[in-house]
Amino acid sequence: MKQLLSMLALAFLSTSVIAIDSGRAFDDPDLQARYERLIAEVRCVTCQNQNIKDSSAFIAADLRREIRRMMGEGLSNDQIADFLVTRYGDFALYRPRYTGKTLVLWIAPFLLVFFGGIAIARVVRHRMTLPVGEVSDESGPAQ
Amino acid sequence: MNRYLLPLIAVIVMIPILVLGLGSDPSKLPSQYIGKSAPNFSLPMLTDPSRTMSTADLRGQVSLVNIWATWCVGCRVEHGFLMDLADSNTIPIYAINWRDNRLDALKFLSQLGNPYAASGFDGDGRVGIDWGVYGAPETFLINSEGMVVYRFTGPLNRTLWEQEFVPRIAELAN
Repeated sequence: MKQLLSMLALAFLSTSVIAIDSGRAFDDPDLQARYERLIAEVRCVTCQNQNIKDSSAFIAADLRREIRRMMGEGLSNDQIADFLVTRYGDFALYRPRYTGKTLVLWIAPFLLVFFGGIAIARVVRHRMTLPVGEVSDESGPAQ
Repeated sequence: MNRYLLPLIAVIVMIPILVLGLGSDPSKLPSQYIGKSAPNFSLPMLTDPSRTMSTADLRGQVSLVNIWATWCVGCRVEHGFLMDLADSNTIPIYAINWRDNRLDALKFLSQLGNPYAASGFDGDGRVGIDWGVYGAPETFLINSEGMVVYRFTGPLNRTLWEQEFVPRIAELAN
């Protein structure tokens, strides 16, 4: 039993390390850091819940290569994002840009918090008017 | 009564949104090129690298652009149908042989038949990215001005063809 447990523990604790990105690193560490930040924010389009940094899919490797090429040509992050959005849509970026199409993504959380807050405030205010110790009519049958 | 009004409205608003969400397949991405010119490209031909195939070849006729590769199982699945389609002379099928090995691709076509009017060879996948390809097979419907009308992802067959392409092609002919 003990042996089995330690075997299981070993199996779960061990990690295999395989280099996904086989492309050549930039000589300039700043560029390399920028590259790594960029690829962490691009969605792999075939394997949708992964970024292209972590994905070993063909298309992810191709996109990494393209991003490396564009960075080598001196393109800015915005230009690289444009390249991706033209081809794959806003969906390709984990951090969508602020445009009319993505507006709802950016404001929806604030709207939800706002209306949720109003709802909570209303319930709380209603309950404050009830005598102490009395069960709110909201949990009991309608009178 | 008033207590139930707000939640009721909320539910009524949410239901259509959720129903729409259920119907959409998140793995199917819309092509960014619908209604726009097909991305410019120029590729050496698969069968004869000294000749090129380019966007210009797609003008002046309604055509298909099929993205395929020998490693792609779906491409094998739809190949028989593409052969039938080519035999029927309904529409020229252009192809981009995507991220493939030239010899494998040539062998594939000589064994299973070549349905393509021309096939460009995109060995490193650059053109595939320009087309917004995210997995083979993909089939684009291009109008006579070289504009992308529709993109279908996944293996085609007769039923899907009649459902997805035939009405659109008929519309283009008008």
